[in-house]
Amino acid sequence: MAIDQIRGGRKIGRYVLLVVMAAIVLFPIYVMVIGALKPGNKVLVNPLLPSNVTFSTITRAWRSGHLARALVNSSIVALVVTTAQVITSVMAAYAFVFLKFPGRTVVFVLFLATLLVPLEATLTVNRRTMQSLGWLNSYKGLTVPFLATAFGIFMIRQVFLTIPKEMREAASMDGLGHIGFLREVAVPLSRPTIGALALFAFLTSWNQYLWPVLITTNSDYNTVQTGIAALQRASLSQPNLVIAGTVIIALPIFVVLISFQRQLVRGLTAGAVKG
Amino acid sequence: MAYPLPVANVRLKNLTKQFDGVTAVDGVDLDVADREFMILLGPSGCGKSTLLRMIAGLEDPTEGEVYIGETMVNDVLPKDRDVAMVFQSYALYPHKTVQANIEFPLKVRKVDKVERAKSALAAAESLGLGEYMSRKPGALSGGQRQRVALARAIVRKPAVFCMDEPLSNLDAKLRGETRAELIALHQRLESTFIYVTHDQVEAMTMGNRIAVMSRGKIEQVGTPQDVYDRPASVFIAQFVGTPPMNILPAGSIETGKHLVGVRPEHVHISPEGSLAMTVTLVEQLGHELLVTGRVGERRVVVRQPAHSVVPEIGAEVRIVADAADLHRFDPVTELRIDI
Repeated sequence: MAIDQIRGGRKIGRYVLLVVMAAIVLFPIYVMVIGALKPGNKVLVNPLLPSNVTFSTITRAWRSGHLARALVNSSIVALVVTTAQVITSVMAAYAFVFLKFPGRTVVFVLFLATLLVPLEATLTVNRRTMQSLGWLNSYKGLTVPFLATAFGIFMIRQVFLTIPKEMREAASMDGLGHIGFLREVAVPLSRPTIGALALFAFLTSWNQYLWPVLITTNSDYNTVQTGIAALQRASLSQPNLVIAGTVIIALPIFVVLISFQRQLVRGLTAGAVKG
Repeated sequence: MAYPLPVANVRLKNLTKQFDGVTAVDGVDLDVADREFMILLGPSGCGKSTLLRMIAGLEDPTEGEVYIGETMVNDVLPKDRDVAMVFQSYALYPHKTVQANIEFPLKVRKVDKVERAKSALAAAESLGLGEYMSRKPGALSGGQRQRVALARAIVRKPAVFCMDEPLSNLDAKLRGETRAELIALHQRLESTFIYVTHDQVEAMTMGNRIAVMSRGKIEQVGTPQDVYDRPASVFIAQFVGTPPMNILPAGSIETGKHLVGVRPEHVHISPEGSLAMTVTLVEQLGHELLVTGRVGERRVVVRQPAHSVVPEIGAEVRIVADAADLHRFDPVTELRIDI
């Protein structure tokens, strides 16, 4: 009885803590949504309470921020980067795990070493490269530098390492070549991790700000982040426009996250527990 | 059901495998006859699995040749060798159903869908798996998984089955049952089986012949009874048989300069015995009695009938063995000497 009471008490304590944490996380989102639904002159009046609910601010932000274009651009960039990162990571990880070639470990360590170099350290050089290639203000410039990542390769390699060697051997006895094994066995078995990598790639690409700012000057190539920044500069006296814009650009990511959150958690914990 | 399987003998010539300078298999010559059930027996690390993997094509020999039928297959890919392999860990595809697992080799070979479903069902039913076709391996017991692995092997109708300790992951009861099933399977399929094990009971009960390996070499090839009755070396004498053969130093049981071996069932406790043994352990197994003792520095085990008189621990008994039951080995090379 006493143990049940202690357990019950602990459970209540855990839930109270979770509710408090959830409230802390959700508070800025709540303020953002409330702010977006208020007319411009009311945004600072009772900022925590909804009043004079209207969609006009969101409509204005959509038009004056050219957010439709930014959303399309960001979608193109994020989808290209995500697809490419998944493909390159899976292929490279496969080579590192299932193919034997001289210098395999050294090459892998070199790949990993690139994780130690912060993006900021390479920005200038990369921008100059883009410029010399004539890729400023282009989708190529926005996507090509991010088509492969050491992080993705590392992540997929770790999950490929958990595939027993015998399974590859059984497949080769069955007549499967490398591409067949990748398609029929390795990828299906690693789906949660690959899904998590895709989600990370999509989120990172969607939220990128510094690189698009550096290599685009033409507003036709604004991504959602540079679009919002432009909106902010253009409407300094109307903070609620920026708030509304932020709600618009956060919506797709919100939908993606909610849809794939199970995948994300499974991917993050994959390999943590045997079996 | 019986399959009209292709049949083939396997011939190994001077087969050698080295890993980073360490010799795992050392100049092995072996002929496995068509439709034979050949056991590769030996302790861990003796090279038996490496030998099997070279036959299957999963390892390239450093030297020597592998023939399946009349064809030298050193440069033939595993999939083209007409060999199926059953692994200790089953190596099933966990994301595929039993049916998809069994069908898979046929799917890769682009066999028509209807035809491969029919073959898979036939293979599954022959192993009692008919009702599990839609399950995934995770929902099966260890014994059922091993049968799925067998079904995946037989569905291809290969000339040679290679099995690498397929029963090691099963519990004792299931191991006994599956052993009997494998023997029946071999009789039904009439195919060549090469079976790796370190378990001498499997070796004795399943194989037509046993190749006993030690340190990368084959020490003896023969029928199970032959290997048991006439072990070619002290190593084999002590590896095959439970409890192992007693080995006594030269001059202890008979005059001469050879090591003398005698199986526990051939030693008798008798007041007229020529050797004195101090009893150190008595094990009553129900169907028999094992009396362990010391003769000088050597440990000796005597197998007695179940209801024999149980000697006291520490007591001194006399033991005897018929001269016809003694085995002689060279004290230096430890190889058998036939007199």
